[in-house]
Amino acid sequence: MVTNSRPFSIKRMPGFSLLALACFFALYMPLAPLVFYSFNAGNNIALWEGLSLRWYVAAWENDLVQSAAIRSVVVAVIASVVATSLATMAALGTTRTRPYRGQTSIYAMVNQPLMVPEIVTAVALLILFALIKESTGYHGYAYLVSAHTAFCIPFAYLPIRARLEGMDRVLEAAAADLYATPWRTFTKVTLPLLLPGILAGAMLAFVISLDDVVITEFVKSAGQDTLPTYMLGQLRRTITPEINAISTVLLGVSVVMVAIIFFLSRKKT
Amino acid sequence: MSTEHISNNESFESLEVQAYQREVRRNLLLSTPALIVLFCAASGPLLIMLVFSFLTAGDYGGVKWQFSTEAWFQVAFYRDIFDETVSIANAHVSIFWRSIKLSFLTTLVAFVLGFPTAYFIATRPPETRSLWLFLVTIPFWTNLLIRTFAILEIIRNQGLVNTVLITLGVIDQPLDMLYTDIAILLGMTYVYIPLMILPIYASMERLDFRLVEAAYDLYATRWQVLARVILPLVKPGVVAGSILVFIPSLGAYVTPRILGGGKHLMIGNLIELQFGQGRNWPLGAALSLTLLVIVMGALMVYVRSAQKEGSGHGH
Repeated sequence: MVTNSRPFSIKRMPGFSLLALACFFALYMPLAPLVFYSFNAGNNIALWEGLSLRWYVAAWENDLVQSAAIRSVVVAVIASVVATSLATMAALGTTRTRPYRGQTSIYAMVNQPLMVPEIVTAVALLILFALIKESTGYHGYAYLVSAHTAFCIPFAYLPIRARLEGMDRVLEAAAADLYATPWRTFTKVTLPLLLPGILAGAMLAFVISLDDVVITEFVKSAGQDTLPTYMLGQLRRTITPEINAISTVLLGVSVVMVAIIFFLSRKKT
Repeated sequence: MSTEHISNNESFESLEVQAYQREVRRNLLLSTPALIVLFCAASGPLLIMLVFSFLTAGDYGGVKWQFSTEAWFQVAFYRDIFDETVSIANAHVSIFWRSIKLSFLTTLVAFVLGFPTAYFIATRPPETRSLWLFLVTIPFWTNLLIRTFAILEIIRNQGLVNTVLITLGVIDQPLDMLYTDIAILLGMTYVYIPLMILPIYASMERLDFRLVEAAYDLYATRWQVLARVILPLVKPGVVAGSILVFIPSLGAYVTPRILGGGKHLMIGNLIELQFGQGRNWPLGAALSLTLLVIVMGALMVYVRSAQKEGSGHGH
């Protein structure tokens, strides 16, 4: 080690930094052409013919894209709001409490969608919903919304639970000492303290719902394409930069959401 | 929130048992709505799928309500429609084998790249550490479809990789990478590698570097420190990361569909086929449950090793 030109550092591992930087490069490099060709003036995703926003305009004016986008957002909003409310209640019911029988079962069941492969859930839902469709004749959005709500619950639950675990009971006890009713304590003390966790959970649920491909693909009825299933369908045909334009917009949405979640979860109390 | 009022009225009751029972009742009540939704749209359907796997396939999709074990038989065996001879279902076996092989390789490549990356992040000064972490998180939360599409674009014949290689004179004909197993491996590694980096980082963050220093003081080489001090200490993160990569890889559907081009199927695509052209819902259900059993087996191994770690070190 005496021959080492650099001062000896116990944290240095030869080659690790290089591999890590290569890894970061590999994570972002493939996204560059995707974004780049969304601004292509030509019809092709390989041949650059000059800068243009025509594919953004084309995507914006495409009725199928428009209705799919609206559908995606509406489903994601409903699913994430419902999932977050249910997850908040479940988190309050399973965290900061004396252990009780069934607590681990509840925990396992809430996290079940994370453990079962998506394709398995998708197929199981397809079977169940086919049975219901056959017997009731209902083909509406309830299937899509309930499926999304279910798989969003664990994503909303985990950040809320993490927040709750780090919260001291002292402030709530103080509120109770000052004659606040339990409901008042909850709305004026617990809920505001929990809010960053709830917001992070809601946003994760929203992103997860917005991005879902597999379950939506199997559960949707005819004419219920969301943006991702529309894109999946388009990938079978000749690909135009329109897909790149939609991807770039979705990429932007994800980055903004993650940045906000990141900020929320870092903020202490 | 009626329970809250009741508990208010009775809050002066000092009976410990009653208070506990009330707390449990409140907890169960709070958890019930989420559990109902999860039962209806996540766990319950799995039970119906189990029933379907024991039914007879309908002629035009769907099922006939007749008990049959044919679907489970078909998972592994093939019965000739003319002379009823039975042989191993080679197509299924090779698809299962490809799925397991590709998932294993994906996990391996993700570890080889992800471990140094996690180490790199963990050894940054605290101020820049969260920025690096943020850079791993962004792709993780980006639509899987978009990331797979990005890989599709760069490995096509006129894609970035081939263009660069041809320009540099490394090759003169574009490499046919798309619609191969390699393409699927590349795509899955790209898509799932954050799931390897993040848990390893979480373990690495708590690593006590005084132990590393002690090892060097005792004349350990870099390699010995890595293999006998650091790796054992971050093993829980490595195991968690491997499971988190292996399981979605095994059940992958979108990535092999786009990058395998319908020729190189994985289990997920085989399952979908039974509900589309195959028109064999019971077989699809049986294949799904087979996949589920493999995944649960992998999870069990994980839980077993996590418990062993837990009792060994204690957090």
